[in-house]
Amino acid sequence: MNKARRNPLNTAAAHAILLTYTLIALFPVFVIVINSFKTRKAIFREPLALPSPETFSTIGYETVFKQGDFFLYFQNSMIVTVCSLFLVLLFGAMAAFALAEYRFKGNTLMGLYLALGIMIPIRIGTVAILEMMVATGLVNTLLALILVYTAQGLPLAVFILSEFMKQVSDDLKNAGRIDGLSEYTIFFRLVVPLVRPAMATVAVFNMIPIWNDLWFPLILAPAEATKTLTLGSQVFIGQFVTDWNAVLSALSMAILPVMILYVIFSRQLIRGITSGAVK
Amino acid sequence: MAEQRSSRLRWHIVVFLAPAVIVYTAVMIFPLFNTLRLALYTEVEQQRVFVGLQNFYTLFGDAIWSEQFWNALGNNFWFFFIHMIVQNPIGVLLAAILSHPRLRFAHLYRSAIFIPTILSFVIVGFAWKLILSPIWGIAPSMLDAVGLKSLYAPWLGKEEYALTTLALVSVWQFVGIPMMLIYAALLSIPEEILEAGECDGITGMAAFWKIKLPLILPSIGIISILTFVGNFNAFDLIYAAQGALAGPDFSTDILGTFLYRTFFGFQLQLGDPHMGSAIATAMFVIILIGVCIYLFGIQTRLRRYQF
Repeated sequence: MNKARRNPLNTAAAHAILLTYTLIALFPVFVIVINSFKTRKAIFREPLALPSPETFSTIGYETVFKQGDFFLYFQNSMIVTVCSLFLVLLFGAMAAFALAEYRFKGNTLMGLYLALGIMIPIRIGTVAILEMMVATGLVNTLLALILVYTAQGLPLAVFILSEFMKQVSDDLKNAGRIDGLSEYTIFFRLVVPLVRPAMATVAVFNMIPIWNDLWFPLILAPAEATKTLTLGSQVFIGQFVTDWNAVLSALSMAILPVMILYVIFSRQLIRGITSGAVK
Repeated sequence: MAEQRSSRLRWHIVVFLAPAVIVYTAVMIFPLFNTLRLALYTEVEQQRVFVGLQNFYTLFGDAIWSEQFWNALGNNFWFFFIHMIVQNPIGVLLAAILSHPRLRFAHLYRSAIFIPTILSFVIVGFAWKLILSPIWGIAPSMLDAVGLKSLYAPWLGKEEYALTTLALVSVWQFVGIPMMLIYAALLSIPEEILEAGECDGITGMAAFWKIKLPLILPSIGIISILTFVGNFNAFDLIYAAQGALAGPDFSTDILGTFLYRTFFGFQLQLGDPHMGSAIATAMFVIILIGVCIYLFGIQTRLRRYQF
């Protein structure tokens, strides 16, 4: 591999392959976004051209704002994602601390029980989940989604966080105990701040699947008032399938929030994956 | 370790564990087993009646049901097969190139290639549907530019191509994950091992095949099982691109869309939670078999190296 370091031909080939794949990865996003700013005619005549002063148009966005309640959908998605992440992190860290810190009967068994959900997707239980939500009157509420995503996120969160909590120094915790701190204070004041990077990783891992999920919003909360952005854009695009301006604009608007989140958190996400949190 | 050897119940452990265990049990584990149980019931005159394995006899014995089930299962296996033969090699190739030391712009490439993975299926499904559409003509005109226009077909609309096309779209979306995991595995190979290889004259491609590839096999195993589980409960992409009917003529129907149609109903067919549970049970068994094959058949045979 030292050879490759010095060989300019190899380096050029490496860049060529990576560049080609980067183009393949970004091309669809690029095409959607540039065409969302063009007139209908220009979309069809020159789909690959950038919008020029003559072809620039925001008619698609106007339709989207008039017809769809995207701010409400966005707000719903935000509430669901933020609340679920908060609960996953809080409950996950607490359980992980209990498993990593204390020896008690059934510790290993409890760990295995919580780890079951890593491999078995929660969607298998959809029929009974819906029945339960109907029985408890939680259908078409955001709370139903929050509960489902919290349950979905917990297994991996407990697994990753307990690995990290085992590394927190015992001396520190014992010093706290000698000073008379309660177990709760030790957890919230000493341990949580130390595993904050791991918690950020867990948050980023969970954030994308929750934000993008279509299955549970479709089944548990399809009402207009509780639609998430993903479901809302799916329904909207389905209705306006022949209005290309509106469809392209709706797609661009659905891409935007995720891209912003990605730009903010990409470092954390990539560090999380490559640091071997999911070995 | 806090080893308070007192025999009394330590309440803080209960308090720490309770919220996670309660939510997880109530919303995940209990419904999972309840769904398996519901598969043994059916509804007669709005009363739930225990019928044993009747739903499974219908699912596998009734021609209409079994045809749909085997079609969905077969499609699902093809979907998975395409992922395995396309996604993994591309992921390994990109990761191998990215892990070269001193490659410039590596983090830029990495972030850009990961972008499709963060987009929702709805965006990906519609975006590719538009791009491949014969009405818009981006795909045909681009093929025309390289002289391959004759190869173009409305891929998503043709029974013989639609499923493969969607599988490739899904690969396009998720290639970032194998790339990252393998990249991480490659970075964790100690330099000394590679140097030892170099002393024995193993460099370049040979070093990759003989040293690195065997060392990243456990990562490839994990990616395979993650892909398997993901593919066998996939739904969103097919639903976003082709609708609940998984057209044309059910050629893109996989277990997830089949479950949705059965459970929730569509057009004239009424939803049937009990048949839905039976299908969910079948999916559960398939995923369980896959996970067991991985855990007991593959993972134990892959040697893990600790550095």
